[in-house]
Amino acid sequence: MRLGADGATRWIAKPLVFLLCLLPLGCLLAGLADALGLIRLPAAALGANPVEEMQDTLGIWGLRLLLVTLAVTPLREILGWPRLLAFRRMLGLFAFFYISMHFLFYLFVDQSLDWRVLAEDIAERPFITVGFAALLLLIPLALTSTRRAMRRLGRRWQKLHRLVYPAAVLGCTHFYWQVKADIREPLVYFLVLAVLLGWRVYRYRQRTRRGRAKQDARQDQEPARPGLPVEALPE
Amino acid sequence: MRIKPSEITPEPVYRARREFLAGIAGLGAATALARPAVAQTVMNVALIERLKYTRSARYSTAETPNSLADITGYNNFYEFGTGKDDPARNAGSLRPRPWSVVVDGECEVKGRYALDDLLQPHPLEERIYRLRCVEAWSMVIPWIGFPLGDLVARFKPTSRAKFVEFTTLQDPKQMPGQRFAVLDWPYVEGLRIDEAMHPLAIIAVGLYGQVLPNQNGAPLRLVVPWKYGFKSIKSIVRIRFSERMPATSWALSAPREYGFYANVNPEVDHPRWSQKRERRIGAGLLASRQPTLKFNGYGADVAQLYAGMDLARNF
Repeated sequence: MRLGADGATRWIAKPLVFLLCLLPLGCLLAGLADALGLIRLPAAALGANPVEEMQDTLGIWGLRLLLVTLAVTPLREILGWPRLLAFRRMLGLFAFFYISMHFLFYLFVDQSLDWRVLAEDIAERPFITVGFAALLLLIPLALTSTRRAMRRLGRRWQKLHRLVYPAAVLGCTHFYWQVKADIREPLVYFLVLAVLLGWRVYRYRQRTRRGRAKQDARQDQEPARPGLPVEALPE
Repeated sequence: MRIKPSEITPEPVYRARREFLAGIAGLGAATALARPAVAQTVMNVALIERLKYTRSARYSTAETPNSLADITGYNNFYEFGTGKDDPARNAGSLRPRPWSVVVDGECEVKGRYALDDLLQPHPLEERIYRLRCVEAWSMVIPWIGFPLGDLVARFKPTSRAKFVEFTTLQDPKQMPGQRFAVLDWPYVEGLRIDEAMHPLAIIAVGLYGQVLPNQNGAPLRLVVPWKYGFKSIKSIVRIRFSERMPATSWALSAPREYGFYANVNPEVDHPRWSQKRERRIGAGLLASRQPTLKFNGYGADVAQLYAGMDLARNF
């Protein structure tokens, strides 16, 4: 039996990406089992502060996958590889999964489910406020990631899912504000985000310019109607 | 501290000690994180040298010390990188001998002192102290050292000496983290002179009975247990007495977040996180944070140093 290009994407590439996305979680679970003494790894994977290590790892993979998700559309157009779109939902949902786990780990393990601390942190610590806001923005996107929701929302779906842009900005800010003095790593994330969002601004302008040019061309052919100055036309 | 050839430990003996130490460390680690990592960490210690010391019950906590693996593997020492495991990996390039310390400023006895001359008059004792990092984690560490006040007294500070300033080595070849201006190198810390004379403030030259590992601030460092860890400056090359409050590294880097005093205080939060509770390293994954104590639990000894001071303003 031979797989067509669609079949290869569906039966080979997608499961592979799925497993790749699970890899950080797998490493964490192995480290966790080691820290709890259930298995013996050659080196203590989670180090002296396993709680911090797990929380940071979940968060950083959430942010990485969020940026990877945002890279799908630019790569698809630049590489001329429309099939990439097939991975976007899975990547986005994995980003949401890691970010939710990051939050739940903070709430249940790091803070031992102390709601007072949670409320105080969200209200008083700007880096937690922005991180929590990013998580809230991602929830409706995860809930409307099904094909059915896409169909039902129609054009509004795309509008709603633009929330991923502020969520990514807030996510990078959360990382940036969390570090003490060494801002090199968060700056790399900001740089990647700037490229991904910058590309979208560039494409948007290109499209509107092209649209305007078409409009102008049409106007040249049609004689201007009397009483309607050209300047009044919507741009 | 002077080593005679006859005192150098034969290899089989120190190998056995390393295994013994690894064993101790393993016992201390509630999460059973100790294994090859421990042996490795101990191997990385450039100079395994057993120190002679007495125990100080008066100033030691009865809490169980952290494992050697935790103490030598989880460090903030930005001179070797900003990751917690960077110092253990990178501190091998530090040469803690030969070493000298410059003493100057408002004191009668000044000069450059070879390490042995500086340390030789001071009998060593073990002080098991809590260490509370400004990042809201803590450890218990069996330091080997002597009171800073005894050292300070030797230099006869003048009446104008209101503060003591300490400086860490600056040498990007030995300290690769200094190639990036994460902080304004060299690292500078300071104490008010009465804080420096307090018997709890020590110069540490070892831990767990052996010479201080490089990643913990070899060959000599400050330990001020009632203040956040960043006050306890490592790998000191200069001690200066001054009339004015020294400009210290973290206070310069983020004046809103780190003050000169930096006394452990659960009532004064860091602008970005709470200081009310702390995570005890080595307590295990399921242990919850424990309440942070004012002056890190040393209030009975040190609170009078700050009588009448607004600690929220002088944070």
